[in-house]
Amino acid sequence: MGDFDFSIIATNWRFLAEGLRYTVQVTLTAMVGGILLGTLLALMRLASLWPLQWLAAAYINFFRSVPLVQVILAVYLILPLLLQFLTGRLIPIGADNSAYFTFTIFEAAYYAEIIRSGIQSVPRGQVAAGYALGFTYSQTMRLVVLPQAFRNMLPVLLTQTIVLFQDVSLVYAIGATDFFGAADKITQRDLRPVEMYTTVAVVYFVLCFALSRLVKYLQSRIAIIR
Amino acid sequence: MNYHWDWLFFFQEADDGLMYYQWVLSGLGWTVAVSLTSLAIALLLGSAFGVMRTTPNRWLIAIGDTYVDVFRNIPLIVQLFLWFFVLPELVPRDIGLWMKQDLPYFVTAVIGLGLFTGARIAEQVKAGINSLSRGQRFAGLALGFTEWQTYRYVRLPMAYRIVLPALTSEAMNVYKNSAVTYSVGILELYFQYKQIIEKTSQVLEITIVITLAYFVVAFATNRLFAWIEQRSRVPGMIAGGQGGK
Amino acid sequence: MIAINNVSKWYGDFQVLTDCTTRVAKGEVVVVCGPSGSGKSTLIKCVNALEPFQKGSVVVNGIAVEDTKTNLPRLRAQVGMVFQHFELFPHMTITQNLTVAQMKVLGRGKEEALDKGLKLLDRVGLKSQADKFPGQLSGGQQQRVAIARALAMDPICMLFDEPTSALDPEMINEVLDVMVQLAREGMTMMCVTHEMGFARKVAHRVIFMDQGAIVEDATKDDFFGKPRSERAQSFLAKILQH
Repeated sequence: MGDFDFSIIATNWRFLAEGLRYTVQVTLTAMVGGILLGTLLALMRLASLWPLQWLAAAYINFFRSVPLVQVILAVYLILPLLLQFLTGRLIPIGADNSAYFTFTIFEAAYYAEIIRSGIQSVPRGQVAAGYALGFTYSQTMRLVVLPQAFRNMLPVLLTQTIVLFQDVSLVYAIGATDFFGAADKITQRDLRPVEMYTTVAVVYFVLCFALSRLVKYLQSRIAIIR
Repeated sequence: MNYHWDWLFFFQEADDGLMYYQWVLSGLGWTVAVSLTSLAIALLLGSAFGVMRTTPNRWLIAIGDTYVDVFRNIPLIVQLFLWFFVLPELVPRDIGLWMKQDLPYFVTAVIGLGLFTGARIAEQVKAGINSLSRGQRFAGLALGFTEWQTYRYVRLPMAYRIVLPALTSEAMNVYKNSAVTYSVGILELYFQYKQIIEKTSQVLEITIVITLAYFVVAFATNRLFAWIEQRSRVPGMIAGGQGGK
Repeated sequence: MIAINNVSKWYGDFQVLTDCTTRVAKGEVVVVCGPSGSGKSTLIKCVNALEPFQKGSVVVNGIAVEDTKTNLPRLRAQVGMVFQHFELFPHMTITQNLTVAQMKVLGRGKEEALDKGLKLLDRVGLKSQADKFPGQLSGGQQQRVAIARALAMDPICMLFDEPTSALDPEMINEVLDVMVQLAREGMTMMCVTHEMGFARKVAHRVIFMDQGAIVEDATKDDFFGKPRSERAQSFLAKILQH
């Protein structure tokens, strides 16, 4: 470790920070988009219409069975083909933009399962109690079920987001410049793998560790309220 | 769509004399080999560290917690790059050279994936043990078992049964995560996928085939664990396991 | 046989046992009672060192349990214990439950352990259940198996930690019957229980605990005839009402 050269990091910090900014952007986009799409999928799975159930289950099971790296590459290659088919024009998307789309549709499958089990974790007796008080279906959902479900699933949703934040590093497969991709590109040029990869590992560790502690704290707070 | 479908390309000869479908099969073989070996390593590590975290010993708990925190909070691909490109530079020169030249990629990759997965399994094992009632440990001790014997005969057999569903999904995750080892030169399924796309541009056919291949291994793993679950089920106990009261 | 000398225990700042002292002689049956949270379960778990304590000493058959040099597994193997929630090992058959400690702790052969286990199972009236799993038995049956499991170790004394309080009322007697029989055979017993009928029938002494302290330690006749403390009186009045 004696010749660990901090100046490599200092001279390249701007490029690394750009990469980290992209990683955070993809994470936040996929989190918001994924939770929205995931909620829709979860409600479909819990709906009484079987085609809706089936469609949602197929979507969720499909994305949960394939490796994320494969989806990243497949979407990157197939999305332009599809757009060309739909619009008749060749639209260049680029690796960086394709990742936003991929992560949103991929993470939705994982968020959907979390949201579904959150809703199902509320005992049926609570629904009955809501109706017994004279609430309508939407009142029961809004006032009784969803607040409890959200509390149950919030820590898990956040934990999944930490996983997502780490998984963005897999855009390496299509050469996008995320945090890890930036470090890798510097390594290819300067041949300093020790400094670059260690920096990425340390930064990832510090951020994810802090976030997971925050989730734990939140969990204990929520546990007291219940 | 101006896409030119051609399913027969799988039977064309690639530049190494093999046919493309043989590339797929060889990739599948490596995927299974990497996954199963990593899973075995992960189960050992996960059990050891998971048990450590449930002992009354502060130091063992700290070691177990540190392992889990470190390996859960760094992305897999970064961990693999650390083992492949950073560690050889940090150890003495001769060992570093040996790691770079003579140590098979496979070994480094499965250790990397095993350590990564082990941290997740350690979480499950710990949760399983902690879900048992304190009384089970007491009952073992009261019969004269040593602390280790209470794990061996009482707590672990029940803990494994309880976390088997979670272990099933970890096992399926290993298959998916094994795809990341392409980045350090393992010629597994995803590596072949990337390579075949570069050579043939038949994106859709190969995407369908590789996706199906991953489905098959995931399904087989799922069935295997369902079988284990059925074999190990305890009569009179509700499925999913009720460790204690 | 069992000597508890000035035992005190804290969980952090909270004192759960305060200066407890008592003795159980060989062949004696001692019942420990008191309101919930009075520390009686904690005290009985101190006897075989399942619960550590910070002050005082517990001597079982001449061996101090708090001594770090004491071989605790060997000591515990000689002290039988029966728990409130039975604590049979759910993944083992009844037979395995009865034999595992005999083989792994006492080093008995499989045949000997099986022989001993089945004999005791017969004694508690459950021979026909040998190949079942605990989850397939009723609570009362499980507790009888748990007693047999403890007896299989040839204990020099037995500890009972509320053995009937997790049972449905109709199952309490089948367990108490086994305990009464055991007491009449001269087993040294320390029982945490609220079953005053059992205490009247076989106990030699009754200990009453409240807020972590031993408030009353009297012969059975004294305890039921004229309890000295008010707290014991009101406790008795409450549980004898039913």
